[in-house]
Amino acid sequence: MDTADPLTGLVGFAAALRVAGLPADAQRVQAYLGAVGELDIADPGQLYWAGRLTLCAEPDDLPRYDEAFAAWFTADEPRARRRGAPKPKVVTMAALTEAPSANGEEERATEELKVAASDAEVLRHRDISELTAVEREHLRELMATLHLAPPLRRSMRLRPHRRGRLDSARILRAMRAAGGETVRLAYKDRTRRPRRVVLLLDISGSMTPYADALMRFAHAVVRAAPTTTEVFTVGTRLTRLSRQLRKRDPREALAAASRAVPDFAGGTRLGETVRVFLDRWGQRGLARRAVVVVFSDGWERGDAALLGEQLARLRRLAHKVLWVNPHAGRDGYAPVQSGIAVAMPHLDRLLAGHSLATLEELLVEVRRA
Amino acid sequence: MVTSPDELSAALESVGYLPDEGIATAAFLAQRLGRPLFCEGDPGTGKTSLAVALSQALSVPLIKLQCHEGIDFTQALYDWDFPRQLLHLRALEAASGGALDSELAEKSLYSRRFLLARPLLRALEESPCVLLVDEVDRADDEFEAFLLEILGENAVTVPELGEVRASVPPLVILTSNRTREVHDALKRRCLYHWLEHPSLGREVAILRRRLPELPERLATQVASAVRRLREMELLKPPGVAESLDWASALTALGRSELDAASAAATLGAVLKYREDTQRVVAVGLEAILAG
Repeated sequence: MDTADPLTGLVGFAAALRVAGLPADAQRVQAYLGAVGELDIADPGQLYWAGRLTLCAEPDDLPRYDEAFAAWFTADEPRARRRGAPKPKVVTMAALTEAPSANGEEERATEELKVAASDAEVLRHRDISELTAVEREHLRELMATLHLAPPLRRSMRLRPHRRGRLDSARILRAMRAAGGETVRLAYKDRTRRPRRVVLLLDISGSMTPYADALMRFAHAVVRAAPTTTEVFTVGTRLTRLSRQLRKRDPREALAAASRAVPDFAGGTRLGETVRVFLDRWGQRGLARRAVVVVFSDGWERGDAALLGEQLARLRRLAHKVLWVNPHAGRDGYAPVQSGIAVAMPHLDRLLAGHSLATLEELLVEVRRA
Repeated sequence: MVTSPDELSAALESVGYLPDEGIATAAFLAQRLGRPLFCEGDPGTGKTSLAVALSQALSVPLIKLQCHEGIDFTQALYDWDFPRQLLHLRALEAASGGALDSELAEKSLYSRRFLLARPLLRALEESPCVLLVDEVDRADDEFEAFLLEILGENAVTVPELGEVRASVPPLVILTSNRTREVHDALKRRCLYHWLEHPSLGREVAILRRRLPELPERLATQVASAVRRLREMELLKPPGVAESLDWASALTALGRSELDAASAAATLGAVLKYREDTQRVVAVGLEAILAG
């Protein structure tokens, strides 16, 4: 690096932040350089704030910024800015399913023809965890065609309507055009707007066979209504994936999502992570009058009572709380697992989610909610 | 014109707002770079009061746009005063005795005096000023695009009148409670600041500044008790507003010390959920007060 020019160092720092996942795009870097120009960068405090104010966009970015700043400019951290536990380093994850082996590729080529359109119907009803690699591949294509028409709610916004309240502004405008005579009465009424949908995906070890399918499902739902859908993973910690899943291409979106989730196939502390969700997002408004869908098998390692308490809280905030359990579709299933047993009183519906057909049913249920 | 964050910090302190280094730097840069400042943080960390304090410290007017669902440009930017326009038209008709010059009448109808300036237009007209766009996350996302355009241009065109351009860009403070994610295009234009709860020393100073009759000992007790409450993972962790309420409740009762009895009597000033109160009582007020 050219140490003579501080600009190179600053732009390099911004590039390092971009790698760490911060939104340090060209416009922000420009603002950063502007900010540095206004401040006294010999003062480490001002240098710190110049970047933090211009290169970060949400609280999740701050610990990553602090880490990168410490690594880039100082040997030790400038100040204790960490909120809560330090974030673990971003781990690059492999694909969610086992990578197809070399002969798997060949196998796929020969078997591709066998999975014809008529098999799609059978595939729709098969349990996702029991599919072969080839069938999975086919299922992914079917997943991409899922479409959610978002549920609607009444909005505060008034729009011209055939009946409702009198729309004085429109009446007066018409009067002005007609030289001051009242020609026709105009009305306005409340419109309908998409209701928010929040998906909470349990990606703990026991849910691993369904993780890939659920991610793809979440991606399809987010793509259908990107501004009103939010996706979080719950396992041992809470990770927000809405931003990653908004990418159009499923492959890119899933790769970004798996990079962001540090606790794939880990344990389950549903109660705790749901509480973090409600504290940081839900209660502020994200869960308010939303349709919240929890995907989990209900195996809770943590305190089941806490989960019950938090779901009761969620139920008070949300419009509808649905729980999707991949095992609920099996014969002889009874909701006795520690987590689901305490959750039952606070749910609007318990649904199966082990196959494409049941996920489609879920979409219908969400739309009706 | 302020030339350094320290100077701005001193100016803010002189009007009763005690900023930390981050807030002072953020506000200083917002002013110098002409970029809006996007503030997020827990309720009660002083997002809105920052804008109020800035307007006082810089001695410029404060113009507030409170966002809500369904807000549209007639509420945010400008609207024509239809009833007055109609009256004016009728008056013109009566005065002309039937020989109304429609061209002239039209022109007089769309003059500045029939234009109702809403906060955004007022900010552009009255600049330099502080424009507070409060709770921008409550507005619809279409509204963001519209806001972005005006903040980017610092000008707006009223078709019937022409362009209104701010001579100096207003100092814009946007606040959000994160009820939904604000579009990145808007954030990209702004400086981003996450406000933390104040440090113990700063909170004591804020309490003493806002409630001059409060004894220092009581201020310290309240601030440290509130700090411990914030660490308890309550549904609604108390903000500075709650510490102020609590301290004034105690002084109103004539208490000079925060002990378990006086805390129990005034807990409603600081905890706003029944679950939180139960939790705190279960842990024991003595434990919280003792630390």
